[in-house]
Amino acid sequence: MRPFAYARADDVDTAIATVLARPDGEFLAGGTTEIDLVRQDVLRPGLLVDINDLPLDRVDDLPDGGVRIGGLARMSDVAEAPGVAERFPVISEALLQGASPQLRTMASMAGNLCQRVRCGYFRDAVSPCNKRDPGSGCAAITGFHRGHAVLGTSDKCIATHPSDAAVALVALDAVVRTRGPHGERAVPIDEFFLLPGDTPEREHPLEHGELITAIDVPGAATARRSSYLKVRDRASYEFALVSVAAAMDVRYRTVADIRLALGGVATKPWRARTAERSLLGGPATREAFAEAARRELAPATPLPQNEFKVELAQRAIVRALTALADGDEEGGTR
Amino acid sequence: MTAVIGREAVRVDGREKVTGSARYSGEIALPGLAYAEIVGALVARGRITSIDTRAAENAGGVAAVLTRRDLPAVNRVPLVPSLMGGPAPGETFFPMQDDEVHYAGQPVAIVVADSLEQARYAASLVEVSYAGAPSVTTIGQGRGDAYEPEKIFGGFMPARSRRGDARDGLASADLGVDATFRFAPNHHNALEPMTTTAVWEDDRLTLYDSCQGIKAVQLTVAALLGMSPSRIRVLTRYVGGAFGSKAMVWPHVTLAALAARHVRRPVRLTVSRAQMFTSYGHREEQEQRVRLGARRDGALTAIRHDKISVTSPFDDWAEPAFCAASQLYAAPAFEGVHRLVRGNTMTPTFTRGPGEAAGVFSLECAMDELAGRLGIDPVELRMRNLSDVDPNTGHPWSSSGFAECLRRGAERFGWDARDPRPGREREGDQLIGTGMAAAAYPVAFFMRTQRARARLYADGTAVVGTAAQEFGTGMTTVLTQVAADALGLGLDDVRLDYGDTDLPTAGSPVGSNGAMMVSAAVHYAAAAVRDRLVALAAGDPASPLHGADPAWITVDGGRMALADDPGAGESYGELMERHLMGDTEALGTWDPPPLDTPYGLLTFGAQFARVAVDADLGTVRVRHMVGAFAPGRVLNPRTARSQLMGGMLWGMSQALLEGTHMDAGLGRWANASLGDYLVPVNADAPEVDVELIEVDDDVTGPLGVKGVGEIGQVGSGAAIANAVHHATGHRVHELPITVEDLLPALEWEAGR
Repeated sequence: MRPFAYARADDVDTAIATVLARPDGEFLAGGTTEIDLVRQDVLRPGLLVDINDLPLDRVDDLPDGGVRIGGLARMSDVAEAPGVAERFPVISEALLQGASPQLRTMASMAGNLCQRVRCGYFRDAVSPCNKRDPGSGCAAITGFHRGHAVLGTSDKCIATHPSDAAVALVALDAVVRTRGPHGERAVPIDEFFLLPGDTPEREHPLEHGELITAIDVPGAATARRSSYLKVRDRASYEFALVSVAAAMDVRYRTVADIRLALGGVATKPWRARTAERSLLGGPATREAFAEAARRELAPATPLPQNEFKVELAQRAIVRALTALADGDEEGGTR
Repeated sequence: MTAVIGREAVRVDGREKVTGSARYSGEIALPGLAYAEIVGALVARGRITSIDTRAAENAGGVAAVLTRRDLPAVNRVPLVPSLMGGPAPGETFFPMQDDEVHYAGQPVAIVVADSLEQARYAASLVEVSYAGAPSVTTIGQGRGDAYEPEKIFGGFMPARSRRGDARDGLASADLGVDATFRFAPNHHNALEPMTTTAVWEDDRLTLYDSCQGIKAVQLTVAALLGMSPSRIRVLTRYVGGAFGSKAMVWPHVTLAALAARHVRRPVRLTVSRAQMFTSYGHREEQEQRVRLGARRDGALTAIRHDKISVTSPFDDWAEPAFCAASQLYAAPAFEGVHRLVRGNTMTPTFTRGPGEAAGVFSLECAMDELAGRLGIDPVELRMRNLSDVDPNTGHPWSSSGFAECLRRGAERFGWDARDPRPGREREGDQLIGTGMAAAAYPVAFFMRTQRARARLYADGTAVVGTAAQEFGTGMTTVLTQVAADALGLGLDDVRLDYGDTDLPTAGSPVGSNGAMMVSAAVHYAAAAVRDRLVALAAGDPASPLHGADPAWITVDGGRMALADDPGAGESYGELMERHLMGDTEALGTWDPPPLDTPYGLLTFGAQFARVAVDADLGTVRVRHMVGAFAPGRVLNPRTARSQLMGGMLWGMSQALLEGTHMDAGLGRWANASLGDYLVPVNADAPEVDVELIEVDDDVTGPLGVKGVGEIGQVGSGAAIANAVHHATGHRVHELPITVEDLLPALEWEAGR
């Protein structure tokens, strides 16, 4: 393990100032991915500033019916928070299907958004990888890429964004609140995640020393009827092959509102806007769901080993939306 | 008399393990201990042109950076399986002897430092330059150059085997099946990584090693370094899993010893999780083609079984595809051939049900297909092809129980209620299917003489010592039971001493042989002590047993008494005090029957599985497994069931999850982590029922024990694959079975 300095901060401003004092300074929250990557020599911070004592772990209701999730709130606490579980079941479900109980108890929400990709070539610290070592090439494109992305890829990088929670948050138009050297700002979550393009090393617009203080989820009645479907090889403790975060409001068998996002298939948590547009105001039928899914995946750029994801994602979308629509009918609420 | 054998005794080492007081090989505290880290080659083939060690040497806490220039020449030692009781290197190649690179991960330098972290960091600073050359690492790359070796499996087995005329048998069949199966490579991934702690005192070496056979470690290091075994002592008390990966002795053990000698300090070498994929072999990538011929009534006319697989540049290794697979059924003709591709990988090695896990998988999936074609129930098809003798030799089975396993397994599973037609049962989105397969694993008498020593104290307690090993199977628990049984003592009055090469010699408990071979020696040692004291009592005028026929004296709870008059007797202690004996001890030895013993030697079983396949998404989850096994005499149903259940789950894992993927371009394993190499988690584990069927066997040793170590995995994957076929109507010919294999077969109508 490469030697590094360690500091612990009691308040947000000190944490930011301490990280800013060194160009190789980084924040350390739950550490469930970061420490692994430091051990594996993938990340090489000179200073880690432990922010676990900062008062950023609350989950509070917002006046509009939304919820403000502290950047340091732990995955397990957020999943169980009443405001989240009742009003945004898709967030709870996504969290509870992620990682393992041990990891969820440790991992922070901000860290979850910032977690690094699971691409084996990124993580082995030696293979060509444009994300880890810009300009060195991408071993995955010609190598083993079964788990890699089919949407939002570039010829520089095809690594899948691994988060489940972020997929739910993207579906719900969450806002990432930060504080940094230039003050506070609020970034719509869809803009928080960057496509790899020619700069896969740049995954989000955070500046050096900029800290995620909270994630705001705006109130949305539709979200009460929402779910997270995760498809994976192993029954638990594995990243998604495909996942679907969906919220839908069906009135008179018509899609009155819909939020749809995909995980496991794209280089960022993928808001399925094409599918949403295709469905909104139209019939809530299996045919319509399938057509919307087909349109969403039409621009997919699969490789030989991950080609199955294109069809699997469509099937998963239809499964998720059909279950929500059936639930609506069975519930008799409309 | 309370029987100690057959009791559900709890593990003798259970408390230490669950409380954390057990000290594993990587936890032995030693003053002045240094830590070694291997630097592995990044290329799969080529030559090292330079190694720059300066940055590493200047890093904090570094004691030495060793390259091939710092290592002595090491003897070449042939690859012989550790079961044979001699030196047993995992591959005949020993690294750091020259500049050639034969596989990625091959050790090219070793860093020794004051802490593990310092060693790992300094290892990352060693700059190695290579002149790379094109590599071959997959069947696909080397198929054209495949060859038929003379022998495989460390010389254990001929590459080709036949009885009768298979070509004729296939040609004259009413019906045939021709199926090819592809198997991803597997890595064992024991939770405890390979760890060796080496300590020199003058020219004597002590090794604390995470291994499956301490004698094998002792003899292999002695042979490689040209040392006398009497100067090497190996101590191993606890091992955190092995699964065959620690059955052979891999280079890191000897490298640790050499590093310790170089720095003149105790050295601990722990292989990192990523290096666990390039440090101890693996189950090789393989393809198996099975052709069956049968008459309309289901009787097999011939079996043809071919395998092609990847081996290393140095050794002709293939796990045998058709040991048990050639013996299970009474087909008059059989022919099987192994072919090899030389690849830039380590020499493959024994892996969970070596040979049979894949070989019986292929056979049993083909049998399932045959059953479908013939319209005969799969259990019935097996019954119609049962053989009273080993079909390869014509010798009678030492014991069988195969038919009973099929019957009782089917009964417990509820097989009779099955609709044989595929794709008929549905629960919501899930397609439900059931499948079965036979299981078998050989009993092989390749071991040498086994020894144990039993010492009884005058207070009626005993210590039994043998250089055997515990790596999680429960063997030390059953050995304690066997000793207590033969001595006529309670379990708590017997302590087993093990895991030390200075104790009487026992072989590596590998290949499902541990309980059989070591328990025989322990039994004889303990029985010798008992017999001596019983004879002494019978001849002692002062004993209430004076004049009794020793054969009519039984011992229970340390008290000798007449079998037909339990009131007449005395304790060991009373007798020994009268004779001024503080203790008494005896050596027990067991020699295996000769290799040409005129019996068929197999352990039999039957496996059943129920699966649910998501009709849209293609995910497979196992809901229920039943395994019925006939392992001779069951010494401890609790540990036996635990072993068998573990094996069955490993079979599920092989069928649905496990696979190491070679990046053929880079010549490196592409998923060398436990995040990417999937093993089952608790959520994957279905309800598992294990049915134990005891059969009498007087060939396999004094206790009639066969083995439960491997057979749990054999056939369980096939039962699952057959159940997937039954659920979907689609047969997948590739392991692991994953979503993409099933999606094309799962009709998906957008408008359904």
